[in-house]
Amino acid sequence: MSTAADNRRKAPAGERVADWADGRLGIYSLAKANMRKIFPDHWSFMLGEVCLYSFVIIIMTGVYLTLFFHPSMTEVTYHGSYVPLQGMKMSEAFASTMHISFDVRGGLLIRQIHHWAALIFVAAMLVHMMRVFFTGAFRKPREVNWLFGFLLLVLGMFTGFTGYSLPDDLLSGTGVRFMEGAILSIPIIGTYVSMFLFGGEFPGADFVPRFFSIHVLLLPGIMLGLLVAHLILVFYHKHTQFPGPGRTNKNVVGMPLLPVYMAKAGGFFFLVFGLIAALAGLASINPIWAMGPYRPDQVSTGAQPDWYMGFSEGLIRVMPGWEINVAGHTLVLGVLIPLIIFPLVLAAIAVYPFIESWVTGDKREHHLLDRPRNAPTRTAFGVAWLTWYLVLLVGGGNDLWATHFHLSINTITWFVRIAFFVGPVVAFVATRRICLGLQRRDKDKVLHGRESGIIKRLPHGEFVEVHEPLSQEQLHTLTAHEQPKPLELEPEVDENGVARKAGAGQRLRVKLSKGFYGEGTHIPKATAEEYQEITSGHGHH
Amino acid sequence: MSSQDIPEETLPSKQGEHEGAVAAAGDPFADPGIPPHEPRIQDIDERAARRSERVVAFLFVLSMLATVGFIAAYVSLPVDKNIFVFPIGHISALNFSLGLTLGVALFCIGAGAVHWARTLMSDVEVADDRHPIEAAPEVKAKVMADFAAGAEESGFGRRKLIRNTMFGALALVPLSGVVLLRDLGPLPGTKLRKTAWSEGKMLINQNTQLPLRPEDIQVGSLTFAMPEGLKEEDEDFQKQIAKAALMIVRLRPENIKDKRELDWSADGIVAFSKICTHVGCPISLYEQQTHHVLCPCHQSTFDLSDGGRVIFGPAGHALPQLRIKVNDKGYLEAMGDFAEPVGPAFWERG
Ligand code: HEM
Ligand code: FES
Repeated sequence: MSTAADNRRKAPAGERVADWADGRLGIYSLAKANMRKIFPDHWSFMLGEVCLYSFVIIIMTGVYLTLFFHPSMTEVTYHGSYVPLQGMKMSEAFASTMHISFDVRGGLLIRQIHHWAALIFVAAMLVHMMRVFFTGAFRKPREVNWLFGFLLLVLGMFTGFTGYSLPDDLLSGTGVRFMEGAILSIPIIGTYVSMFLFGGEFPGADFVPRFFSIHVLLLPGIMLGLLVAHLILVFYHKHTQFPGPGRTNKNVVGMPLLPVYMAKAGGFFFLVFGLIAALAGLASINPIWAMGPYRPDQVSTGAQPDWYMGFSEGLIRVMPGWEINVAGHTLVLGVLIPLIIFPLVLAAIAVYPFIESWVTGDKREHHLLDRPRNAPTRTAFGVAWLTWYLVLLVGGGNDLWATHFHLSINTITWFVRIAFFVGPVVAFVATRRICLGLQRRDKDKVLHGRESGIIKRLPHGEFVEVHEPLSQEQLHTLTAHEQPKPLELEPEVDENGVARKAGAGQRLRVKLSKGFYGEGTHIPKATAEEYQEITSGHGHH
Repeated sequence: MSSQDIPEETLPSKQGEHEGAVAAAGDPFADPGIPPHEPRIQDIDERAARRSERVVAFLFVLSMLATVGFIAAYVSLPVDKNIFVFPIGHISALNFSLGLTLGVALFCIGAGAVHWARTLMSDVEVADDRHPIEAAPEVKAKVMADFAAGAEESGFGRRKLIRNTMFGALALVPLSGVVLLRDLGPLPGTKLRKTAWSEGKMLINQNTQLPLRPEDIQVGSLTFAMPEGLKEEDEDFQKQIAKAALMIVRLRPENIKDKRELDWSADGIVAFSKICTHVGCPISLYEQQTHHVLCPCHQSTFDLSDGGRVIFGPAGHALPQLRIKVNDKGYLEAMGDFAEPVGPAFWERG
């Protein structure tokens, strides 16, 4: 510490640490590219952050819970401090969850933060996905990141389901039974899968420890990897931005990571965490002591899964109970069809970006977001998908709807069955019309200005509202979007007179393209000529 | 980032064709560029800036106090104390105080940081350039050449024998992993077809743990039973009760519409599996006028006076009936196991 070299002026301690790290990790080059990286600002860009923060909260609280939770189905007798269940037989998993809730100080809070954060995590992912979808942020070069995100959503649902099952309470056990019944419906291998998953017959003594390692190790491990890849790609691609003055496809306008974005994003983590902690202090979630330990011959009424499983619940509830018996075998269509539609509903939204890019034939990079109204077909598809999802959620809670609104379950079941097919179509048509209406309004605004609310009386007695012309910035923002033209089939005979028939694929593509971008799918945006004609006319009024 | 030195020419030709900055002069919709920065009150008035500073500091101090409160609550409140909080009701005092103090401690840090960023940090917008993700043609050409050289040096394409045997070995080796999964569980065999019921086993009342007599079963009530010999302490109790759970009702014989059901009943008492044939929830609700039972999970409804037939809901087949009689001592007993598998349907059920 006191060598001669030390007599030289010393760099501050922080700088010396950074130098040390740079010599080994190259952090200065990394920081050069990223420290003042520009992030555009928009409230909807915070949705991805909510996902990230709730994930971090889930990991932290989850690790704490593993310190007390015993993933075992060994039968024990309860002797903890919750009186009503004392002396009752239950699995160690349930007993240790009771211990966390009633004997570990703050244990209940951490349990409730963990569960609330999980609900918010999946909800935030869904809403984040919607924002990416409706603004077209999934377009080239971000398709792969869209897929990473989609996988996170699916894995998040399964992580939630496995975690929900761990306390081995009456409610979650019912959910696991549901899963086992669904697995049994798989043709040929169903009974084998069930035996292998449960280590024998349901419920057996293996599913809690098995679900435990899936829930705390396998799935979170994969998710962490995907999440890091997702964020690296967000950095690498640079964030998209909405069109506006100074915003082009070749730049990114906003504020630098250090300090503004870091302070806002870091602060936002604490806001999200604080709100979830307060929620966990106020609102009880999954009170397992009220349900009691799982017994396969008992059930609580009004059993409901966590919300993100609700749409699969809807599918299974409204499906007619079809069963086909042939040659000594049973095809349990009543359960199998929902089991197949479940991934298809999810996949429908996952593949849309690839369909869109195929239909448009657009190979360019897109960094400027679309306003949903300016991409009516996409927006309509998204709303149709959401309608589908919501209809099934309603189906999942059909008993709740029935009791709250005094309807018969039969009515609701038939409503959901019909709405499953009709709802998305109606939503599609209606949304497209609304988008066109909004486009028309934008065009009017561009050409005639904004309604100012001031009424003027003309010399001959007529009343008119004064329209204020838009600023250059607003004019640009409202006209910056593209209006793609539909693809055309190439002429059947080329210029050398050689016959050339378009394949079925190409013809389908052109047809779809017409449906996406052809007549009636958009209001042609205002042109400079139209604008000049009208504004020069205005002066004479 | 490594894409920084990629030349502009690699941009797709139509890239950004609507960009106003390069639009012809006189275009009314041309991009006016980033609007000039509008100073905030804090940028021009130092007193306002100091006010902001005090707000931020206040929030941070509040967070510190809340953390102190958290620790105080942790050490002072008993874990089993309940308090009444309007409008939530009776909740754990400890959980309530810990949640609220932790919430405030965290939230105030966040609120302070965001307020600081919004009012005191620079809010001047800046533009960064983007660069295409795609590599320049020269870069791509170099990579392709490198790859070709590497492939050539390995002899991969020429020495077919090596290539094919390597693919063979790589394809086979994961099989070991698959084989290792075999002991995850036993084969299904006839496990799903058999339950703990067999000929001569008495029906034991779930509530009293006593054998049931016909007179214990009243018209209009649903009684739950399990087979004689099955004990809650048994290691495989959960597994057995998942299949053997039984529900019993008394009907007037003239109300029984199904011939076989009548044959399998004793004194108008019929016994059906309690496990729903949809996906296996236990059935719990009985409607005595109609003799319908309802599964609370997905509302499948079965008619117990008509062979357990499904009359509503997603279940695909009738509830299995257990054939019972009254034995010499006057107790109800089973005349065998269920004739068909109980619970959800499966491929081998037939
Ligand atoms: C663990 C879950 C997830 C986390 C932590 C996460 C995090 C983020 C963050 C922080 C951003 C940048 C901010 C923003 O645009 O909101 C982002 C962008 C993005 N996310 Fe996610 N996300 C998750 C799930 C998803 C899902 C489910 C999808 C869609 C299927 C998705 C697709 C995208 C795409 C395409 C972008 C780039 C958006 C752009 O640059 O405009 N992400 N994500
Ligand atoms: S399990 Fe009984 S209706 Fe689904």
